[in-house]
Amino acid sequence: MRRSFPLHVPNAELAVEARGLVKAFGDRRAVDGADLTVRTGTIFGVLGPNGAGKTTTLKMLATLLRPDGGEARIFGYDAVRDAHRVRRLIGVTGQYASVDETLTARENLIVFSRLLGLGRGEARRRTSELLERFGLADAADRQLKTFSGGMRRRLDLAASLIVTPPLLFLDEPTTGLDPRTRAQLWEMIRELVRSGSTVLLTTQYLEEADQLADRIAVIDRGRVVAEGTADELKASVGASSLELAVRHAKDLAEARRVVEETLRVRTAAMPESGRITAPAADADRLADLLIALRERGIGLAEISVRKPTLDEVFLAITGRTAVGNREERGTGSPGFAQDHDPEREVVV
Amino acid sequence: MMNGSANRMDGPYPGGAAGFGQAVRNSLTMAYRALLKVKHTPELWFDVTLQPILFTLMFAYLFGGAIAGDVRGYLPIIIPGILVQTVITTSIVTGVQLREDMEKGVFDRFRSLPIARIAPLAGALMADSIRYAIASVLTFTVGYLIGYRPAGGLGYVAVAAALVIVCAWSVSWIFAFFGVSARTASGVQGVSMLVLLPLTILSNAFVPVETLPKWLQWFVKLNPVSHLVSAVRDLANAGTFSRELAISLAGAAAIVAVFAPLTVRVYMRRA
Repeated sequence: MRRSFPLHVPNAELAVEARGLVKAFGDRRAVDGADLTVRTGTIFGVLGPNGAGKTTTLKMLATLLRPDGGEARIFGYDAVRDAHRVRRLIGVTGQYASVDETLTARENLIVFSRLLGLGRGEARRRTSELLERFGLADAADRQLKTFSGGMRRRLDLAASLIVTPPLLFLDEPTTGLDPRTRAQLWEMIRELVRSGSTVLLTTQYLEEADQLADRIAVIDRGRVVAEGTADELKASVGASSLELAVRHAKDLAEARRVVEETLRVRTAAMPESGRITAPAADADRLADLLIALRERGIGLAEISVRKPTLDEVFLAITGRTAVGNREERGTGSPGFAQDHDPEREVVV
Repeated sequence: MMNGSANRMDGPYPGGAAGFGQAVRNSLTMAYRALLKVKHTPELWFDVTLQPILFTLMFAYLFGGAIAGDVRGYLPIIIPGILVQTVITTSIVTGVQLREDMEKGVFDRFRSLPIARIAPLAGALMADSIRYAIASVLTFTVGYLIGYRPAGGLGYVAVAAALVIVCAWSVSWIFAFFGVSARTASGVQGVSMLVLLPLTILSNAFVPVETLPKWLQWFVKLNPVSHLVSAVRDLANAGTFSRELAISLAGAAAIVAVFAPLTVRVYMRRA
């Protein structure tokens, strides 16, 4: 009875190929010539601030909106002309839970399973399986009205995975979730991709794109303003920086001199924290530096190479911070550490 | 790369769109979903459960003496009238709920699934037929309990009920059209009541036409609801298939012929 299952996962090289997508709402061009290319079997992140056109772009790719211009191909099929075929290859989890509020979690999954062509018994089995896997078994027979945001999200994702879709669209999948649930979802997404699916997700969390996505498109005012791996995007903004912290504050001045001599660069020092920041050298020189410091008996508390954060990338590309309501960053110029773990910084 | 990949996937629906069998299966699932909703929010069915009981009792005892001399004598007039009025009014809900549904996030999922596009609409209309059946059975039952003995017998009463269900289903296409075209659910409700109130009240459902002023008689006689009420009376009270029956069915067919394609077209464009 697996009638409307995607029988063959298409072996197309590109899961998504969009050229010059345009969507206007009245005078406002929400999407204004967006190009996207997503290779099959990867996680692709669409990053941008609120109102940048992320959701509209995703909706056009997922056959939910008809583009006003340009074309989108999903595994080679036109998202408009071959919409029905495309729908058999995709799963969509919307920004606002696309599940039925009045029904229970189980009923939701059963209805969606039946719509996807599963037989009665099969639908029931698959539903129980998914409820178990997404930690919803205990709440299975409660109406969604009583669900927390995180539970809703999980059910939403479960509904998208009744039939594992070759391509899954996730619109801000972890917005508003607590860190633990977010980490769980990330793991589920990675697992999905390991099993062969392709994922396109939108996010306004730089960390999420950084952690999860193989490639990232930065979208701003309806256009793709930058595209590449997280590392490429970071590299496009500036080189990495080396950061040293001496164990004893009295060594700071000498350590700084050693660094400048060995690496032949200029450095900045922060006496209060005993830190020195320098443009990152190549790895060979780094070894020389460590030996030179050891020879002079200067103890190090910490040494790290810091890449620019995606946040800095975003600022450099769009001239704005990723999330509008965010406060200005610390007073240091880029390259100075503003906190202990800038790479992991979560923008909220 | 973009060319030559069109035949890579040879699924069971070569045309790309869902076949008829799938459309029926999908619609049945959507109807099942509608019934599940009722299970959780029984108040959705107050209009088809409480209203027939309340209206039948209210109108029978309120107007019985004034119009027919006594309640018993009024029942053959009022029961078919209440039946038609209740069931037709119920059909408004189709449009309101359709609109509400389309505004919710779950509709995005329906639209992204490889299902027949028409299924959510068809499913809603199917589930509503059950509502009409419940209202019909309740109205006749209450009527029987307070002394209505239709001369046509059970068989003709069943045919009368079936006729009302078919006509209400047809009329629900009008409200479904409002539902898919309107911007808000409360807008649908408002417009629908505006259309329906004069049609059901300014008919022969509650009072004999002869008591009305001439100009109003003209409207009441033209009113399709009057024809349906007369058809039901002829069936239930006399056991005859009258000309009114043919007129009612023709009217129902005309409504479907006009509003079904309109509704489907607007719905497809939006869905």
